[in-house]
Amino acid sequence: MRSRAGSLWRSTAFRQSILYFALLALTAGGVIAYISWHTRVTLHRQTVETVDAEVRGLAEQYSTGGIRTLVTLVDKRSRNPDNSVYLITTFRGEALAGNIRALPPGTLDEPGQHTLQYGRNTEDAQPQDGTAVVQVFVLPGGFRLVVGRDTSERDRFLEIVERAGWYAGLLVLILGIGGGYLIAKRTLSRIDAVSDTSRRIMAGSLNERIALHGSGDEFDRLATNLNEMLDRIAKLMAGMREVSDNVAHDLRTPLTRLQGRMEAALRSGDAETMREALEAGLSDTANLIATFNALLTIARAEAGSAKTPRQPVDARALLGEIAELYEPAAEEAGMRLSVSGDVEASVLGNRELLAQALANLTENAIRHGHPADGDTGEIRLSLEREGGIVRMVVADTGPGISPADRDRVFDRFVRLEEARPAGGAGLGLSLVAAVASLHGGRVYMEDGDPGLRAVVELPAADATTEKNDAKAQAAP
Amino acid sequence: MSSMKILVVEDDREAAGFMLKGLREAGHVADHAADGEAGLGMALSGAYDVLVVDRMLPRRDGMSLLAELRGSGSEVPVLLLSALASVDDRVTGLKGGGDDYLVKPYAFSELLARIETLVRRSAPEHARTQYSVGGLELDRLTREVRREGREIQLQPREFSLLEYLMKNAGQVVTRTMLLENVWDYHFDPQTNVIDVHMSRLRGKIDRDFDRPLIHTVRGAGYRLAE
Repeated sequence: MRSRAGSLWRSTAFRQSILYFALLALTAGGVIAYISWHTRVTLHRQTVETVDAEVRGLAEQYSTGGIRTLVTLVDKRSRNPDNSVYLITTFRGEALAGNIRALPPGTLDEPGQHTLQYGRNTEDAQPQDGTAVVQVFVLPGGFRLVVGRDTSERDRFLEIVERAGWYAGLLVLILGIGGGYLIAKRTLSRIDAVSDTSRRIMAGSLNERIALHGSGDEFDRLATNLNEMLDRIAKLMAGMREVSDNVAHDLRTPLTRLQGRMEAALRSGDAETMREALEAGLSDTANLIATFNALLTIARAEAGSAKTPRQPVDARALLGEIAELYEPAAEEAGMRLSVSGDVEASVLGNRELLAQALANLTENAIRHGHPADGDTGEIRLSLEREGGIVRMVVADTGPGISPADRDRVFDRFVRLEEARPAGGAGLGLSLVAAVASLHGGRVYMEDGDPGLRAVVELPAADATTEKNDAKAQAAP
Repeated sequence: MSSMKILVVEDDREAAGFMLKGLREAGHVADHAADGEAGLGMALSGAYDVLVVDRMLPRRDGMSLLAELRGSGSEVPVLLLSALASVDDRVTGLKGGGDDYLVKPYAFSELLARIETLVRRSAPEHARTQYSVGGLELDRLTREVRREGREIQLQPREFSLLEYLMKNAGQVVTRTMLLENVWDYHFDPQTNVIDVHMSRLRGKIDRDFDRPLIHTVRGAGYRLAE
């Protein structure tokens, strides 16, 4: 658990929280500092202004009513227990009126504004000391008028504001670090759950999946994607296992036959028997190689398109070539082979694989396409184009395939019972299916009425590029 | 076919042994190198008519051997042997300087036929426009075929087929070689498509004459010869 805690401090989530917190603290500190500074300045200015105004008012009173009026006025005002402070002195400094008991020496000789310590007389004869902002004014006749405001209360208020600022800062600090810790811990626990699960999956419990939180947040989306990826991998692995089982079966059977044949020949000790066994063995080997090659090609095609060159392939030319290649073989099998479909169509892909797919379908048609009534069979290769879709069709006039079996024939090593005597490894159609899906299309069987239509449906090359262009344009 | 000097660079000693035995039985002189470095050294001596090089070799792989050899200016024909069978592998093999590409496992007859046509192809006579074998004449420019003066009408593909046979007259050409060179396909058809094409061609070339020119070589392929 300690390492977990250690990793918490080192985690990105925590560092980010700390960064956010630092920004927040900086902002909050700035705001508080500004508020307290601004308050201080504003209050000071207000004080100065009111003092100024009062001085001017009193000076006016003096000029109209003389010193006596002024003294009466100041004496009256001095008795108010507020924060106003006053003093009138003669030019020699003798106090005439006011509530200021003491001033720093020399203040009276310096007219203007001062912030200073002073002593105050109060009603209850309890002298007080304090800080004040005062204005020293020299009246005509040498009288000094001192008007001010005691700022002790204001300073106390400012002190409170400042202290509140510090407390707020401390609170931000605690909340920030604590919050950062909690957020980081929460984030980290979600990530740890994912990495713990993947670790367990890597260790072998392949069926485990990452638990979802249920909130549909980004972690849930990540977990969903990872789970889907795992499902896909599991499916592929199951497919692989099935294939290797099938491969083992289909290679093991002829290998067993080969072994038996050779053992029997050796036991016989007869030169002619051995020779026959060797010849038969060679032909078994050729079949094994063919099966093996077909399996490899299917595996490659299914493994995906990344490595396969994608070049435009002229579908009409390709179909024509295959027809030309197989026409004599069809004729020899007592069938007519024709090609039709005068449409421009090219597909993007691998000419060799497409040719092999069409060849397999044509070979199937030659092998299984004889009409039941003994008429001359017909094989029609045709090209159809419908919008962005190209269909290459191999149709025969044979007995066809029952609808129930039409999908099954594309599985590996499936030989329909009725087709068994005609031979074949049962891989031809799987290869066609793999090639079609490699090219982004599909293959399906349909009723040719009579006979069977095998259709390889692929996206046209121009349609594919259009789609890609559209995609490229859609992207910013 | 006159005797050739062949270098086999193959690390599987047993497979190499069968190959050498077969080549010697066919009347050729064959040497063996068991790894890429030794093979390169022997090949650079320049004393060979043709090289058979496995793509995967110890100490120096086949493609690197080939690159080094071509870099030194040697133009000796090279047949690449490989367990890598995809179209891409074949293309990289041929682009890397190989003259032909044969995928393992192979039949010995296939290997022999390819070696012999390779040597023949490297001789400076392949730019010919006319071929003539035992009274059969083929003109590549006028696309006319005559036998003993009589014109024979051929379909375009039959013409290409005959052209390939005549180019390699006297030598065995296998069904795979025909499919590769005449149709440019590299897969194995499961039916006898090539045989049917050959029997059609044979019908046109040999039917009206006593002496057949197209011969079937059992277990290997075909040969056009007097």
